[in-house]
Amino acid sequence: MLTYLIRRLALAVVVLFCLLVATFFMIHLVPGDPVQIVLGGRATPQAIADVRHQLDLDRPILTQFWLYVSHTLQGDFGTAFTLGSPVGEILTQRVGPSAALIGYGMLLSLLIGVPLAILAALRPNGWIDNAIRVATTLTFAMPGFWLGLMLALIFGLELGWFPVSGYSGGIGGILRTLTLPALALGLGLAAVVVRTLRSSLLEVLQSEYIEAARSRGLRELRVVGKHALRNSLMNTLTILSVNIGFLIGGTVVLEQVFQIPGLGSLLVEAVEKRDYQLVQALALLAGAAVVLASLASDIVQAFLDPRVRLGGR
Amino acid sequence: MSAIEALGQPPAPAAPVVERHRRASGLRGLSLQAKIGAGILAVLVLAGALAPLIAPYGQNALDFDHILSAPSLSHLMGTDSTGRDVFSRTLYALRVDLAIVVFVTYVPLPIGVLVGAVAGYFGGWLDAIVSRITDTMIAFPFMVLVIAVIAIVGPGVKGVLIGVPIVAWALYARLARSEMLVVREQPFMLATTALGYSKRRAILRHAVPNLMRSCLIYSTLDMVVNLLLLASLAYLGLGAQPPNAELGSIIADGQTTLLSAWWVATLPGLVLVVFGVGAGLLGDGLSDGRLRGGAQ
Repeated sequence: MLTYLIRRLALAVVVLFCLLVATFFMIHLVPGDPVQIVLGGRATPQAIADVRHQLDLDRPILTQFWLYVSHTLQGDFGTAFTLGSPVGEILTQRVGPSAALIGYGMLLSLLIGVPLAILAALRPNGWIDNAIRVATTLTFAMPGFWLGLMLALIFGLELGWFPVSGYSGGIGGILRTLTLPALALGLGLAAVVVRTLRSSLLEVLQSEYIEAARSRGLRELRVVGKHALRNSLMNTLTILSVNIGFLIGGTVVLEQVFQIPGLGSLLVEAVEKRDYQLVQALALLAGAAVVLASLASDIVQAFLDPRVRLGGR
Repeated sequence: MSAIEALGQPPAPAAPVVERHRRASGLRGLSLQAKIGAGILAVLVLAGALAPLIAPYGQNALDFDHILSAPSLSHLMGTDSTGRDVFSRTLYALRVDLAIVVFVTYVPLPIGVLVGAVAGYFGGWLDAIVSRITDTMIAFPFMVLVIAVIAIVGPGVKGVLIGVPIVAWALYARLARSEMLVVREQPFMLATTALGYSKRRAILRHAVPNLMRSCLIYSTLDMVVNLLLLASLAYLGLGAQPPNAELGSIIADGQTTLLSAWWVATLPGLVLVVFGVGAGLLGDGLSDGRLRGGAQ
């Protein structure tokens, strides 16, 4: 167990380090002088030199890299040049809505996806299964932002159940302001959950212990919903952790649709203003979130399933 | 064909496998599902390619007498807030989007397959390096990484054309590598070594054709993902710059008049959904075929 954990942890550290390298070089790949681009054509050479010095861009590249790594590890992401305040501070202000949206979206995808997957697996290729397959094919093909707009049109503008833009905190505020975007996010993921969980359930249903449960005369819903589902939950966990990147990408756009002041809308602002420092920090954060989520899911899986930790050599 | 090459073919048990795959991927072997999917895609591609011929109006033709008119026979998808015909704009946008999607899907594919094949074939430190690079690329959420690249290159179609392939090859590299690990142990690959073929020939002529199928099937799914990504980027204002339209930017324009003119945002989105369904059906149909082939 311990060796598995250490190996897994080491891999995560390596990938995190690669993320640091990749984001570091981002700013150096900008064609031309990034400082000149940000400050605009009328900046004096002195002003440009000052900003370059402030950003350590005038030092040797290895020193710059070392400074970048050590600052980042201390939680210091530098100062966003267009907003004039520390990047770390801006990130903490805006992380709440995004985290709430992702969490809520995941929850909805499970609440929608798991029951549908069970229904579909109860009678494979029956009419319910086929209807669910058609529905998931449709939602999978829908762009999240378009689905969000349609939900906003129906439930926001026509029916007036939810506001179509803005964000407020607290459970009540989240339920009111984030339900539509989370639904748009969750429906896309639910399609993936249904498909993967259904095929995993069908596979588990071939095993002998399911045969045993059936021969004891248990009802089919109980066999599938309890005995088979328990063994497929691991897959569901993996699906969620694999798709965290998809969720993050989805929030970037949905925050724009619903005018939510989160990290996604911050990223779009940063690109528009060409604030490379901010783009760099956001890309690093998003990458780190994915790496840590998959690490967490692998560790949980290792605790729950001895085959993983023993089979992992 | 020289004698050696003629000798080279028969011992490879993969030759019939490849042959069977070839036959299965011919039009006759396709399942009904795949045929319907291919039909839908064909109609959309034709509509996009022939946009200048089909479109009843110019894509940027303003008409202030018919602002926000509802869908009708003269304006199939209605008009937007400056009286532009949404149907014509959608056709032109489809043309742009499909061209970009084909580019950003099929340019990274051969690159990724080659990198993955080489890494999987040789293994060792080369494989370790390639795997860490692909792990890193895949660790970034796709959308965020592409937006970051666009931040560097600058918004517009150029940014998308550079940004997506820079990221997307990694997925194919990972897929091809894991397939290669299986393929390289097959008897016909061992035969290439026994016959003294160069590594280059073994990889390019004998292994890669066997990796291509799963990568091509995956690419139908990837096209949907890329089309949705393009639409999202255009919606965010990072795609084609106005007045030229992409499907995503038409939808973004329609958002401001969503309540008074639902059609501007809704109908171009439906075109995206139809494309996605077509590609999904095609992909599912093709991979079912592979499963059946694999069971033999």
